[in-house]
Amino acid sequence: MADVKQFCTFYLDKLLFGVEVGKVQEVIRYQEMTPVPLAPPVVSGLINLRGQIVTALDLRRRLEFKERDSDTLPMNVVVRTGEEAVSLLVDEIGEVLDVEDDIFEAPPETLQGLARELIRGVYKIKERLLLVLDTEAVVTIDGGNAQ
Amino acid sequence: MDDVLKDFLVESNENLDRMDRHLVELEKYPSKETLDNIFRAVHTIKGTCGFLGYSKLESVAHVAESLMSRLRDGALRVNQPITDALLATVDVVREMLASIEAIGGEGERDDSALIETLHALQSGDTTSPRSPSPAAPAATPSRSAMPLERMSIKELETLLEVRAKGVGEPAATPKLGELLVQMGETTAEQVNQALAEQAKGDPRRIGEILVQQGAVRPDALLAMIQSQGEAKGVVSDSTVRVDVAILDKLMNLVGELVLSRNQIMQFAASQEDSTFLATSQHLNLVTAELQEGVMKTRMQPIANVWNKFPRVVRDLAAACKKQVRLEMEGAETELDRTIIEAIKDPLTHVIRNSVDHGIEMPEARTGAGKPAEGVVLMRAYHEGSQVNIEIIDDGGGVNPEKVRDKALQKGLITAAQSARMSEREMVNLIFLPGFSTAEKVTHVSGRGVGMDVVKTNIEKIGGSVDVNSKFGQGTTLKVKIPLTLAIIPALMVTSSGKRYAIPQGSLLELVRLGDKAGKAVEMVHDAPVYRLRGNLLPLVYLNRELKLGESTDSAGKVNLVVLQADGRQFGLVVDAINDSKDIVVKPLGKHFKGLSAFSGATILGDGTVALILDVVGLAQKANVVSEARGRTQVSAGNVSLDGAGQRQTLLICRYGLDEWVAIDLSSVARLEQFPLTAIEKSGGHAVVQYRGQIMPLIHLSNVLGGAHGEETKSTLNVVVYRDRGKSVGLVVAQIADIVEERVEVKSEHHGGYFSGAAVVHGKVTDILDVRGVIESVDPSYLAQEQAA
Repeated sequence: MADVKQFCTFYLDKLLFGVEVGKVQEVIRYQEMTPVPLAPPVVSGLINLRGQIVTALDLRRRLEFKERDSDTLPMNVVVRTGEEAVSLLVDEIGEVLDVEDDIFEAPPETLQGLARELIRGVYKIKERLLLVLDTEAVVTIDGGNAQ
Repeated sequence: MDDVLKDFLVESNENLDRMDRHLVELEKYPSKETLDNIFRAVHTIKGTCGFLGYSKLESVAHVAESLMSRLRDGALRVNQPITDALLATVDVVREMLASIEAIGGEGERDDSALIETLHALQSGDTTSPRSPSPAAPAATPSRSAMPLERMSIKELETLLEVRAKGVGEPAATPKLGELLVQMGETTAEQVNQALAEQAKGDPRRIGEILVQQGAVRPDALLAMIQSQGEAKGVVSDSTVRVDVAILDKLMNLVGELVLSRNQIMQFAASQEDSTFLATSQHLNLVTAELQEGVMKTRMQPIANVWNKFPRVVRDLAAACKKQVRLEMEGAETELDRTIIEAIKDPLTHVIRNSVDHGIEMPEARTGAGKPAEGVVLMRAYHEGSQVNIEIIDDGGGVNPEKVRDKALQKGLITAAQSARMSEREMVNLIFLPGFSTAEKVTHVSGRGVGMDVVKTNIEKIGGSVDVNSKFGQGTTLKVKIPLTLAIIPALMVTSSGKRYAIPQGSLLELVRLGDKAGKAVEMVHDAPVYRLRGNLLPLVYLNRELKLGESTDSAGKVNLVVLQADGRQFGLVVDAINDSKDIVVKPLGKHFKGLSAFSGATILGDGTVALILDVVGLAQKANVVSEARGRTQVSAGNVSLDGAGQRQTLLICRYGLDEWVAIDLSSVARLEQFPLTAIEKSGGHAVVQYRGQIMPLIHLSNVLGGAHGEETKSTLNVVVYRDRGKSVGLVVAQIADIVEERVEVKSEHHGGYFSGAAVVHGKVTDILDVRGVIESVDPSYLAQEQAA
């Protein structure tokens, strides 16, 4: 019997991504953001999460996808790594999926660069592929970007 | 790390700190009580680390304990080698504890030298000729700056003459047994018998054994244990140990409660329902009290920082061969925990400075009529919403002239500025970066850290520092810090549609420029400035600094927030100034590490997030303050700005009816006014008595050609030029202005009156060559050296 893992999934540019459920604090709809001038472009801004100030990262920019349409509002997937909570801005929220280890595969050699660092692997579920993100790597931005 | 270990580390470190203090005290006033305290501390550490299985630690503690035991019994007298060895032991134990915390074990180490020394000292080997005096000078200089542990082992090796021959005491006598014997409740033999039982592996406690053997009455034993417990209780009984992380969490939660409370109060303002209003008012009061209470839990007495100092002073004084006594007043004054962390280093540096550079050598002191022992007094007290910390020494003080000369020499101030400084301003020059007057930078305190770092660190937490000194008598350093950092009063401003908070601590004043805004903002080359009561204030546009795009200026009005950073003032231009309120400071996450413009964020009453501006960071970004330029405490109207080419600060004067000339401000010593009646004649020249000299006067209109306008007035305006002790007064009709302009330098030619030209207020104005003018009137005047 293979191990089963649970993933919180969401869509980015029609691709299905997932983050381990244990790392997700909550999922909420679009929140007003306060932009932070001079911060790296990946940082969309700060949101007020029940009194807690949480940094919001635009996942499209993080994965170097093209920009979201200005009329679609992103959703927030708030992940918790170590001490800090960070919100990832995604297009749409998907379901919580149970997947078995035996359908997991490492990313192909042809996937290079930034994406390779951030994507841990792929679950070959029915009809589509679930791309698993390395949550720690996603929220860690090289400090050199900031001014 | 499990709890038992954590407790052990915390408790042991506290015991070590206590030992430090007691050992220093012991040297000065040996008393049974102090000996007992130290013994107890060592005994506890030995016991626990044995229990936890740290054998290296145990063996060191064991030998130290034996030594302590002999001291306590009176078999040995306290002297410097013993104190040194015990202090060395404290350091070694500290290191081992640090190692245990970091890697779980004492690490690879060999403390056999220390152990041997402690053994040797037990047999009184310090009386041997080789020890203290000759060894000490070689050993002591190395004590202070280098990692103490390594140095002192070498040092102890030199003290050591006889290798370990004494075995030391057997397992230390339990205090309980001692007490019982002392009180006559049992005999020494019975106690020893019980000890023997224990040594054989009997797990019972000594009290139990004695009772069961019938050697002691149970109630007597109970009484003894109680009194033992009381003696042990140095910390007051009504305290509780709480993990700092829990307190921080509480503080956070209270902060959020405050924010919710603010939101409710904002909402309540528009409500009519009386029940709701009453309830929200009650919530308001309770929240305020809760806030106050929780803030109190984060307060720690400043003694936590200070209790390390007696040892620092002792070691340092020994190293410098000076006698220094440290006194502390107000050690119970409380500060927020984070502030205590922040001031540890600056205060240590100041204390070291006082001992190393402030207090003189004993001979110098007695020669000056002072007691050979210098005193450093540390005083702390609350004043309003601030804490004042003073460090006062009765040493040699700061020589203002020497400081000023050094600053001049290093180019940190100009001659003109130095001429106008008061003594107090000169003394405060020590805070300029790149400054150090120590003749020889000793490895003890002169690591180039400097008073400017002290000042920066204090200002970083919103405090201020000032120094006052009487040359020959002593120095007083005063530090003022706000009570807490978590909730601060702030001013809200708007720029490009977004709101920002500015901490009120840096706020000096607000200026609103209405219709005259366009003219009030002047440009010095490409840098905007505003004339605030005669001084030029550099302007920083918030929207430009944050790259927010052009501001939505309402009808050309300019709103200025005058801020102070690092001793420099500047005006922050914003779109609008909103209200001021108390805000809860929340730190920004790790993604914003590099952003110097912001120091945190806060949640406003309406739930939106606002960024808090870091005034110092913003100033640095805008080049208002820069390390290379140094800071002046003197208001000379000098604004240092970037710009290519020669920029000079010029004094604009009128001579004749409408003739204008500029004089380089650095040539100007003073501006004076003399009544006509003060003018006398000497050798055909007009002169005036000035500062004990006869100063010749030169009417500029005479020299440069122009109508005489001066005689009609009853006072003369004089620009005083001074060179090597000789003064010359240039009489002008009017001293108009001080500007900073780019200067075109003409080729030098002697005998000419002008050295260049500049565009001032749109007109070309010649710059006077003052020496040239003087020489044209009397070529030999300046050539002679003036006998001072």
